Amino acid sequence: MFRFMTAFLAMTFLALPAYAGFDETINAATAPIASAVGAFVFFKIPVFGAQLPLVVLWLVIGAVFFTFYMGFVSIRGFKHAIELVRGDYADPDSPGEVSHFQALATAVSGTVGIGNIGGVAVAVTIGGAGATFWLIVAGFLGMSTKFVECTLGVKYRQENPDGSVSGGPMYYMKKGFEERGMSGFGKFMGTFYAIGIFVGALGIGNMFQSNQAYVQLNTVAGGALDGLGWLIGLILAAVVFMVIVGGIKSIARVTEKIVPFMAVFYCFFAIVVILMNFTSIPAAIGNIFHGAFTGAGVQGGVIGALIIGFQRAVFSNEAGIGSASIAHAAVRTPEPVTEGYVSLLEPFIDTIVICTITALVIGTSQVADPNFAGDATGVAMTSAAFERQIGWFPIPLAFGALLFAFSTMISWSYYGLKGWTYLFGEGQMGQTIYKLMFCAFVALGCMVQLGPILDISDALVFLICVPNILGLYFLAPIVKREMTSYLARLKSGEINKKYSH
Amino acid sequence: MSNSVLLAIDGSSGGERALQYAMERAKLGGAKLIVAYVIEWSQYSFNTPEENAERHKRREQEISRATETIVQPAANTLTEAGVDCETVVTHGPPAETLVRLAEKHGVAQIVIGRRGQSGLKALLFGSVAGSLIQTSPVPVVVVP
Repeated sequence: MFRFMTAFLAMTFLALPAYAGFDETINAATAPIASAVGAFVFFKIPVFGAQLPLVVLWLVIGAVFFTFYMGFVSIRGFKHAIELVRGDYADPDSPGEVSHFQALATAVSGTVGIGNIGGVAVAVTIGGAGATFWLIVAGFLGMSTKFVECTLGVKYRQENPDGSVSGGPMYYMKKGFEERGMSGFGKFMGTFYAIGIFVGALGIGNMFQSNQAYVQLNTVAGGALDGLGWLIGLILAAVVFMVIVGGIKSIARVTEKIVPFMAVFYCFFAIVVILMNFTSIPAAIGNIFHGAFTGAGVQGGVIGALIIGFQRAVFSNEAGIGSASIAHAAVRTPEPVTEGYVSLLEPFIDTIVICTITALVIGTSQVADPNFAGDATGVAMTSAAFERQIGWFPIPLAFGALLFAFSTMISWSYYGLKGWTYLFGEGQMGQTIYKLMFCAFVALGCMVQLGPILDISDALVFLICVPNILGLYFLAPIVKREMTSYLARLKSGEINKKYSH
Repeated sequence: MSNSVLLAIDGSSGGERALQYAMERAKLGGAKLIVAYVIEWSQYSFNTPEENAERHKRREQEISRATETIVQPAANTLTEAGVDCETVVTHGPPAETLVRLAEKHGVAQIVIGRRGQSGLKALLFGSVAGSLIQTSPVPVVVVP
């Protein structure tokens, strides 16, 4: 067996030069498909000289509506969210169930991905420094969307006969609409969403992640992996395969435990870099505000910056996509709305904290040296910004990017699978087919250029958020009622802190 | 003062010795024993989505396994010896949970076995008996 493996590996490496052109072939084949899909699903309306994609408009209107409709719960509920995560209101008589903290941590590691490192760089490259401002605004607005979808996710989750739970938009559509006497429409919406999430999981939570992980690895290797995307892709796909098909859960468990520390590690060094660039901080912040309202130097001006900021924010924090409500639904709480409060913190951590820090790392580097990254974009640009101050950082960054990408892929494989099983049942055969497909796209992600991937992923996101937000509009009154009743009981003292700190 | 004692067991030989000790004492003094098994668990851990989805099921399994293999046999031994007892199986950080149980049941004393960890291991993972001694509201007997 061992001899066979060695021979196989040797053959693979000998064949390397011959296949170096393989990536280009794949790339050439997928680019036209990507742009066709993008143009079809991703219809853009020209606004003041900028191209406003419908999907962005759709998400922003939703987020603004929920922010007002829920009475700025993102600000007013923030403190309560922290108390809940801390366990202040946990029921001491049922320990051992999924806590608020655990549900949040799981959801956050699904969202904190390459978007936080590479997506921000894309935003700044295309939308200028001002895009950062709109990114933060989008993160803030997204908090209310999350609140609504995660409350519903818990309220309408399904308790399976085997004791496990399944939740998420497909379930709240089905049951929520049924409650409102529209069961036919609810079934349709649930199915629509389930298709959206299992197809969409292949883009945002898959190809984009593996692509950027490869790019960063290649950057660290000094371009030695040029044209070898297919190999890295196959390796990544093999690891994902081992976890989701092979059932080697320990890999996922270990990742899940390392990711939070990586995130803290990343933020710590990002702040160090920002402080090392301290003379550039005022100018960088000035650029963000200036760019946000004047759109200086950006194609499409203010609107251009705004669009890019919103687009990347959604991509990073997934508010409105409904994916997080699948993860949040596992919590055990008698009050679904409490998980809504907790989920507020997700866009906050992901976008307002981590993305902003990345943006400042890039922004302060740009002020010091406008051309610091050459023509690099995405993760490579962020890496260059770190490298200016901390020469060795690209290596841990590559490791971090790989882990972020990996944990996001594992989470999304689960989200996609939930969509799949909702549609086709729990049959093992079908699940395996889906998982294999998922692995294939992981590999594909490394072979294709970033541009087409962003096009496909954005288009797929659209597919997911159309049914989700539409459903949220209908079901938001239920959430509001829950919230009002909960707040009243909180005020009257009927719900109180179980543990005193 | 109540005449009940909290006995913490964990399926180890230390727990077994604690059981023997508590049983002898209880027979002499006619005390009631609260036999507790704490399944180590923290609400601040990081899990995969799948682990979370199956958590409720796993929790039930953990509780029934601990009850069947450790707690119930201990309770049977006690009943046969004519000692009055009650059982508790719960999740949580061990020392903290034992303190909470001691308060809840108003016990006069806690009996716990010693694991006899080496210095380094105890330093890294902490010792339940050690932290219990520091935080318990009632006297703690550590059985070697």
